[in-house]
Amino acid sequence: MTTNATPPNLTAEQIEALGDELDEVRGRALVDLGERDAAYIRNVIKAQRALEITGRGLLFAGLLPPAWIGGTTALALSKILDNMEIGHNVMHGQYDWMKDPALDSKRFEWDTACPGDQWRHSHNYMHHTHTNVLGKDRDIGYGILRMSEDQPWRRRDLGNPLYATLLALLFQWGVAVHDLEVDRIEAGEISWADKRDILSAVWRKGRRQVLKDYVVFPLLAGPSAPFVLAGNLTANLSRNVWSFMIIFCGHFPEGTREFSEEEVENETRGGWYLRQMLGSANLTGGRLFHLLSGNLSHQIEHHLFPDIPAHRYAEIAVEVRAICERYGLPYNTGPLHRQFGSVVKKIVRLALPGRRQAGPEAGEPTASQEGAAPEPELAMAA
Amino acid sequence: MVNTRTLIEAKDETMATLASRTPRGGLTRRVLASPVVDLLLGPHGVDRYLELIRPTLTVAEARAQITAVQRQTARSVTLTLAPNRAWAGFDAGQYVAIGVEIDGVRRTRTYSPAGSAHASGQLELTVTEHPGGAVSAHLLRAARPGAIVHLGDAQGTFVLPQPRPRRLVLISGGSGITPPMSMLRTLVDEGHDGQIAFLHYARTPGDWLYEPEVRALQRRHPALHVDYRATRTRDSGPRARLDAATLRGLLGDLDGATAAVCGPPGLLDAAPDAWQEAGGDPARLLTETFTPPRLLVGAGSATGTLRFLRSDRTAEISEGTLLEQAEAAGLSPQFGCRMGICHTCTCRKAAGAVRNLRTGAVSDEENEDIQLCISAPAGDVALDL
Repeated sequence: MTTNATPPNLTAEQIEALGDELDEVRGRALVDLGERDAAYIRNVIKAQRALEITGRGLLFAGLLPPAWIGGTTALALSKILDNMEIGHNVMHGQYDWMKDPALDSKRFEWDTACPGDQWRHSHNYMHHTHTNVLGKDRDIGYGILRMSEDQPWRRRDLGNPLYATLLALLFQWGVAVHDLEVDRIEAGEISWADKRDILSAVWRKGRRQVLKDYVVFPLLAGPSAPFVLAGNLTANLSRNVWSFMIIFCGHFPEGTREFSEEEVENETRGGWYLRQMLGSANLTGGRLFHLLSGNLSHQIEHHLFPDIPAHRYAEIAVEVRAICERYGLPYNTGPLHRQFGSVVKKIVRLALPGRRQAGPEAGEPTASQEGAAPEPELAMAA
Repeated sequence: MVNTRTLIEAKDETMATLASRTPRGGLTRRVLASPVVDLLLGPHGVDRYLELIRPTLTVAEARAQITAVQRQTARSVTLTLAPNRAWAGFDAGQYVAIGVEIDGVRRTRTYSPAGSAHASGQLELTVTEHPGGAVSAHLLRAARPGAIVHLGDAQGTFVLPQPRPRRLVLISGGSGITPPMSMLRTLVDEGHDGQIAFLHYARTPGDWLYEPEVRALQRRHPALHVDYRATRTRDSGPRARLDAATLRGLLGDLDGATAAVCGPPGLLDAAPDAWQEAGGDPARLLTETFTPPRLLVGAGSATGTLRFLRSDRTAEISEGTLLEQAEAAGLSPQFGCRMGICHTCTCRKAAGAVRNLRTGAVSDEENEDIQLCISAPAGDVALDL
């Protein structure tokens, strides 16, 4: 049990009732899906494709500084929309009900180095099923960072801030090799040979991405080649840092909880819902911010209902918040600077050995946790 | 006509009928479909950009635009479509999957084109209202020029033999008129100069489809005999039934004649006996019908057969989810969370009805993707596993 959380005191019956209420929220959203959602995602796609064409086009005139800045910005926005609001959400099956092959979760590919199939495994299954379970959710530190007090400290963890910076800059590659489980190879649990298929898939996908952004588009630009290359690099880098920030704000801000494997043994659906709520954190912001975050700013709602179209999370959040209040559960939310600030603090703090004692440290900013009263520990399993 | 045949039948047919056919393509389209363009517009590909300019510009995806909407009868609508260049055409008598979007969901049903296979750049469908049919109801209500439909490859072995029969009887009932209509128009376009009899059954004269068109074709085909019959009017009597006397009355003796019959099960049941009794060669009787999927929607668990198409196995329906039953049958489908959240076990259902255990909804759509871990069979099911 980590010490920086205040677990709620719910009986097994209450946890089941909570699950039923959340099932009802989901059911209401599901039956309402239709034209509005189809039009929404197609409009986002249209905007993304327009930004892509605009960005690529302007970068051909990248000799002129305004064209370079405009082109790079448009391309970065295109990649962010592609990865976050479109790719991540489509691959979750949020639009499978439309039966449009172009929006089919199983077949969708996104504009990043990580092959869709690997993402579907490491993210949709591993992370979303085992959210915040230490030893099972590989998103806790991505096998590189120490992100929990319950992960034993090793000397190499001194490099935590450095590794985090590198991961942020190279995030698409970090995500791409996530399923390689390099830490387990290092520990001798598995061998490189076990991961041959994964490696070759990353190579096939990554090679095309590199060829496109760093070889063929620059070559097509002739004398503008260096500007196109620099623009594409900057766009990829911006997308990397942005998605790293948003994703790390999903489960690591102050106040989110981790769980042990024993805690989630024999977990019911209600228990699973509760774990998602306690382990996730939201970001506040305007509509554009939510869009560019792929609505991962509604991480709590996303983890409760990963296959409901993400643009609906804002309206669903009203109901989820009301439920949290009724059950005395924390609803962890805050602006990006505060949530990311607490993530950075955690990364730095966990570079050093030692476990923190119960309760948030004095003077440390905590995320707003409405309805949460500090309570003694509680066993999660129903 | 509506056709709900299963993927199993369709699969082999596709191999046979499509091998010889490729979409049309000019230089621009060859460039657009080139690997370099695919790389530059990757990972989404060229169609995902072209469709934003115009939905029918797609290079690989067959689509059509509705150009005309006509009403022949109260219960039907006749659509003229302009397919894009990605569509490879059809043989008279075949059927085509037609996808339309209804409230954000693409619904797909198969229909047999009614036009001539030689009418290039044009596809004609006559859709008859079908009880509980979302697609037919939508098309009757909302089809209008300019709308886009998605096209599948033409499939089906209910086609005219080559060389063309010299003596041919085309028999249809109700909405099953479309394949024989396509055959007739195709033969007329080919300059066929043998004997053709066109016999159609519908409930009342108000339900007769294509009567003026068929009679007009008599001017282009001197030996075309036309017989339209009503089955539910007061004076229908024996004229309502397909029997040997009727068949003999069409072409005289049936020596060397071929028949193509398409319609409801009742008509198809009567056809073989009547054909043989009238002296027809059973090997020259071609038939096509539609068989509605068996639906067992009750509280209890369903009975029936699970067919796993890719592994060519079958199993009797038992307890549990489709994922569990597939595993019990010795298959190892992909899976993840086993609780309906990760979509790893999503699998193509070729045919049959399944119940979603989280929502209780029953779905009997053909060729749809379902989550195995939260689906239970509601009758016979065929899975692409």
